[in-house]
Amino acid sequence: MGLKQEDILNKNSKNLNVSEIPVDKQKLAAPIKSAVDKFQLLPEFLKVRGLVKQHLDSFNYFVNTGIKKIVRANDRIVSDIDPSIYLRFKDVRIGEPSMTVDGITEKINPHACRLSEMTYAAPILVNIEYIQGSHGQKTRLEKNDLVIGRMPIMLRSCCCVLQGKDEAELARLGECPLDPGGYFVIKGTEKVILIQEQLSKNRIIIDADKKGNINASVTSSSEATKSKTVIQMEKEKIYLLLNQFVKKIPIMVVMKAMGMESDQEVVQMLGRDPRFSALLLPSIEECAGIGIYTKEQALAYLDTKAKRPLYASSASDQDGRAFCILRDVFIANVPVRCNNFRPKCLYVAVMLRRMMEAILNKDAMDDKDYVGNKRLELSGQLISLLFEDLFKTTLAQVKKSIDSVLSKTSRSSALDPSQFLRRMEFITTGLERTLSTGNFDIQRFRMHRKGMTQVLARLSFIGTLGFMTKVSPQFEKSRKVSGPRALQPSQWGMLCPCDTPEGEACGLVKNLALMTHVTTDEDEGPLVSLCYCLGVEDLELLSGEELHTPNSFLVMLNGLILGKHRRPQHFANALRKLRRAGKVGEFVSVFVNEKQRCVYIASDGGRVCRPLVIADKGISRIKEHHMKELLDGVRTFDDFLSDGLIEYLDVNEENNALIALYEGEATPETTHIEIEPFTILGVIAGLIPYPHHNQSPRNTYQCAMGKQAMGNIAYNQLCRMDTLLYLLVYPQRPLLTTRTIELVGYDKLGAGQNATVAVISYSGYDIEDAIVMNKSSLDRGFGRCIVMKNRSSNVIQKYENGATDRILRPQRTGPGSEKMLILDDDGIASPGEIIRPNDILLNKEVPIHTRGTRVSSDSLPDSAYKPVRQSYKGPEGESCVMDRVSLSTDRNGNLSIKFLIRHTRRPELGDKFSSRHGQKGVCGIIIQQEDFPFSERGICPDLIMNPHGFPSRMTVGKMIELLGGKAGVSCGRFHYGSAFGEPSGHADKVETISETLVKHGFCYNGKDFIYSGITGCPLQAYIFMGPIYYQKLKHMVLDKMHARGNGPRVMLTRQPTEGRARKGGLRVGEMERDCLIAYGASMLIFERLMVSSDPFEVQVCRKCGLLGYYSHKLKTGICSSCKNGDDVSTMQLPYACKLLIQELQSMNIVPRLKLAEAN
Amino acid sequence: MGQLPPHLELQRSRVSCNKDAPIHTESIQYSGAYASMGIDNSSRLDRFSNNFRVEVVRLNEDDMEFDMIGIDAAIANSFRRILIAELPKMAIEKVLIANNTSIIQDEVLAHRLGLVPIQNDQPNEKNTIVFKLHVQCKRGSPRITVKSDALKWLPNGSELVKETRNATSDSSSKPETYTYFCCSQETIPEFVKNPIIPKYPDIIIAKLGPGQEIELEAYAVKGIRKTHAKWSPVATAWYRMLPEVVLLEDIEDDLAEELKSKCPVNLFDIEDLGKGRRATVARPRACTLCRECIRGDDWEKRVALHRVKDHFIFTIESTGALPPEVLFTEAVKILEDTNA
Repeated sequence: MGLKQEDILNKNSKNLNVSEIPVDKQKLAAPIKSAVDKFQLLPEFLKVRGLVKQHLDSFNYFVNTGIKKIVRANDRIVSDIDPSIYLRFKDVRIGEPSMTVDGITEKINPHACRLSEMTYAAPILVNIEYIQGSHGQKTRLEKNDLVIGRMPIMLRSCCCVLQGKDEAELARLGECPLDPGGYFVIKGTEKVILIQEQLSKNRIIIDADKKGNINASVTSSSEATKSKTVIQMEKEKIYLLLNQFVKKIPIMVVMKAMGMESDQEVVQMLGRDPRFSALLLPSIEECAGIGIYTKEQALAYLDTKAKRPLYASSASDQDGRAFCILRDVFIANVPVRCNNFRPKCLYVAVMLRRMMEAILNKDAMDDKDYVGNKRLELSGQLISLLFEDLFKTTLAQVKKSIDSVLSKTSRSSALDPSQFLRRMEFITTGLERTLSTGNFDIQRFRMHRKGMTQVLARLSFIGTLGFMTKVSPQFEKSRKVSGPRALQPSQWGMLCPCDTPEGEACGLVKNLALMTHVTTDEDEGPLVSLCYCLGVEDLELLSGEELHTPNSFLVMLNGLILGKHRRPQHFANALRKLRRAGKVGEFVSVFVNEKQRCVYIASDGGRVCRPLVIADKGISRIKEHHMKELLDGVRTFDDFLSDGLIEYLDVNEENNALIALYEGEATPETTHIEIEPFTILGVIAGLIPYPHHNQSPRNTYQCAMGKQAMGNIAYNQLCRMDTLLYLLVYPQRPLLTTRTIELVGYDKLGAGQNATVAVISYSGYDIEDAIVMNKSSLDRGFGRCIVMKNRSSNVIQKYENGATDRILRPQRTGPGSEKMLILDDDGIASPGEIIRPNDILLNKEVPIHTRGTRVSSDSLPDSAYKPVRQSYKGPEGESCVMDRVSLSTDRNGNLSIKFLIRHTRRPELGDKFSSRHGQKGVCGIIIQQEDFPFSERGICPDLIMNPHGFPSRMTVGKMIELLGGKAGVSCGRFHYGSAFGEPSGHADKVETISETLVKHGFCYNGKDFIYSGITGCPLQAYIFMGPIYYQKLKHMVLDKMHARGNGPRVMLTRQPTEGRARKGGLRVGEMERDCLIAYGASMLIFERLMVSSDPFEVQVCRKCGLLGYYSHKLKTGICSSCKNGDDVSTMQLPYACKLLIQELQSMNIVPRLKLAEAN
Repeated sequence: MGQLPPHLELQRSRVSCNKDAPIHTESIQYSGAYASMGIDNSSRLDRFSNNFRVEVVRLNEDDMEFDMIGIDAAIANSFRRILIAELPKMAIEKVLIANNTSIIQDEVLAHRLGLVPIQNDQPNEKNTIVFKLHVQCKRGSPRITVKSDALKWLPNGSELVKETRNATSDSSSKPETYTYFCCSQETIPEFVKNPIIPKYPDIIIAKLGPGQEIELEAYAVKGIRKTHAKWSPVATAWYRMLPEVVLLEDIEDDLAEELKSKCPVNLFDIEDLGKGRRATVARPRACTLCRECIRGDDWEKRVALHRVKDHFIFTIESTGALPPEVLFTEAVKILEDTNA
């Protein structure tokens, strides 16, 4: 029926088209069909949702709804000893971010927290009702706004002080208006909870395991339990695999245990098709083979197979263990009311049928990598899990304390349960610890995950943004599989196709696209009743056979079978209409799956979706006047949604839509039109101009490099005290911009400079991607950067005996005074002073005795202190400047002093630069301007790039960027290069750029007539020259160069230390050693491995072969085991070898040295 | 002396700017290059002095354009290189910062000051020009922009008192400062009329918010561009070879119109021949070598673009320390000195 309905619809539409043919021609010419510039929707969208809307929405949902649900579910503490004593939570809410010190509550703001290493958190306030007292007098009391802990607050969320503030107010709070928020400030560090990618919960997934057996699995997750149920076809028989059972259980036994004693009913539930019954036959036979015919027999059989529970509870013994498992664990998402197992039976039947369909037709298998089968877990969900666990622990603890007080016979004061609640610090410390370490260890939910939070990388503004959109994978990275790494077609518009790291995490770590939205949970109740109103037939009223009747579709809501519907298309359209009218939540998705003959309705959280323009018979609903209203400010993005012009589609529902890229490409079948094609890229890939002209890996490389580029970090960058900060002195906005750049604010916080680039081979110092730089450009400030380092903070501590650290006035004369030149009179280095290595930053002294008898810090003599001066240990010859000194109070109330040290660097040989097209290179040589080639207009390039960088990389986008940039500087207009932007006018076409160039007297291809700066003659080729946006990357020679002659050694082995930080030696490794052996350079090996490493002189006894010692008294070597020095020779040995011999001796192994020639 | 055949003469004296690439760009130096044809190619002083000409096209306060005709590219290039790299100039080299509470970092501020061109400096390695900059933005007042006119010349040298750690100096003597000037620079004849100021008063140096202050002294010394770009008396100096546009055949009527409209700098004119129209080359000097006129099929057969190898259109843009014509004569002097 349903299909027929559709046919009629289609016919109708066809008929309409036929009659409308003359009208259609007019329509083509009409302005409606010509592209309406829908771009303005994007800034509007981002204004409404923000760049990191997923995080914020998720956290807001938790704070507004989730936390209340958790508390409502566990709202009672009842004493076991005296059940009349209870404590009930009436309400919970999150207060304003504040901090309570010594009873004084102070409001806090995020920036203050960053600077003074506090946690940006707000109190969790509860209203409670409880019984006070005991014995006779019991009074019911109420208490409002009781603080039970502190919840870290996500910046820019609805609880944050920054919410809804304008630019001036944000500036007053020390916050950058372009900062997206979405992270937490925990103990002064910014922490992001990464988006976690997971397989859908509560959905049937059909796949094959390694042996080729077909599995139908459901990962169930309900409020009470989480479990995984697998139904497997093995050797033609079907089994159930469940953790709670020792071995696999024949499925028919399970069915019988659930009350389906008749085999016929099971077969009917699978459908009439004899193929399905044939597939089930071996299972029925097996069940009969083991002699199970009734429910009781089946349950008894299952009881023997059930695992012994870890903690026996009274309830499970009553009903039988197997019964409980079937009820509570087996497909836990299907609720069992009043021991009615019928929904579960139907669910199993659907699982079986899906599985058999997959066996008969391999195409029916589910794709685990399909984005529609994935859910993104966001910070709100994770925190909610964490909070639930901590809250339950707290309740248990409070209960325990109440009981312990009640069990005492003599009590002095009346019992006040709220006292215990107030004393609990679990929630505060638990939240803080988990967020700062990133280790989610939740026993209750069997969740043990590491690295869930990461420190927000503040390397560049764009890197920060990229961090917020990162999606971390469900699998461990070591798995050598290609499937999950491959680009999925269903990622279109949801996940960026370019932005993924190289190497082991390639393809697993993804980034969200620009317009992606991640849904939050939505209440199912109203949806269920709505569905029944719309004609869904309840399964309870149907017989098993009607489940799969050919004229009806099953209706599933969030993985639960609601019932069936005879006109699925009609039903879906009705639901969609309601959604577009705003009667149903905008993120509810309706998806008609013709193959599975199901209508899937989803309202669960974690689905990715994106907004699309709705089209009626291929004609966009958004008209010119809508956009005009938007521009005039009378219409907002939400109005577009509520007026049904735009809707959100998730990945599954996209399968029911025919989406046209542009209005012009729409056909009558088209249901939706993309808002802008470039939104399929993410934030970082959006910075690349003309990415659609580049070879695709180049865009991926740029996505990795864009995060390393130096530039501006935020408007408040000079007020921050980061451990490491890279800034560009003169950052510019790119001449060739994209729409994304303007949307995210990269034009305000750029990370690079527009360099005039000539593409020539020059000087031979430009091979292998090296670039030649113009010294005069560097003199004028090109590529100049500032590196700021935060020296670890110094704390002025108070000790338990009353003594404190102290800071002394510096010595101005005498020995040691030359190291104190930069100190101010207060003993702290003063800002603006130039620091040389070994200068003292803080003239601190520490008391010698910090324990024992109490002393007053004033009365301590100078001799009771020892100096602990903090001095600067930088590389020799490099002079830094003290940028800022911050004095703050740390969490223990001690004075903490932080120094920010600044170093300004101009580019030097070996510094790394990159254009925006994955073309990185190091500076190969710096050449005087007079040697540089110059054009007829006197233009001299800032840097020279080798043309060999082009053919193999195929970065045509870079060439167009050069052309566009050149046209841009000549005509004075920023040119655009948005991805796929040529048809919609968001990218300038090469032809128009060429015209502009010609108009300003340049050659259309961007090649200029160039004179050599050395000979003065023209070059024998026209040179491709123009501006390209170049980024300076954080890898600089100064931080890496390292050499050593003599230096520190490791104490244990006496070999040179390892690593640059420890002034280590350069290792001659195994392979180098092999080379030297093969070549026969024995003396060199000897010199490298012993003389220059750890030579040691040992006394060896020729008789016993053991090591002796040198007696300074007798001036001779003595063997301690032979007790004489007769046969002792001296030889050289690596100290590590001597150590090995001695360590072996300590383990009762005696290595003996046999000397062939000795004296 | 005989004449070279026309195609060789073209190779010798012109750069041919073809559609794909310029050819014959090098000048032919070897004296016996054309010996087989009995033609002497050696450079001769008399020939040079007869042919060499300099014609000034444009001369302003800050820039000039002149033609240098009858000279080899190497020599012209030497002048360009000397102008860019070797002419001395005064520029701020040392900055003593007494107070800087602005957001701009000390070294960035110093770098910016260094790039400010100074007018009327007489490059002299014995002298130091001292400037003072003291700007304050009062609390409660709006933000201010510090421009280069805030740099004040101190003819009497530094005013900052040297901090001596041992306070033994008697109070009667003049406090020790960072410079020792025997007399005020104002009394030096060159500066009597023209006080030393930054060339442009509106170069932004820093911006100050309320309560911020910059107090510093800047010392300008003599140097050359080779050391740092700030010691450059020219913004840039360059030359180009004289363009020559040759119509290889008569271009008439519609083709002529097409040619005229093709050129973005309006190089061609159309002369009316009565019975038809013909394109002529009117302003070849304006050619920017956009190669539009030889773009497209067959156009390369009709139009040829050349550059005259011994005719240089020189442009000097001064930064303001010295007028451009003086700069050029200075450059000639330096070249003379190096040859000696």
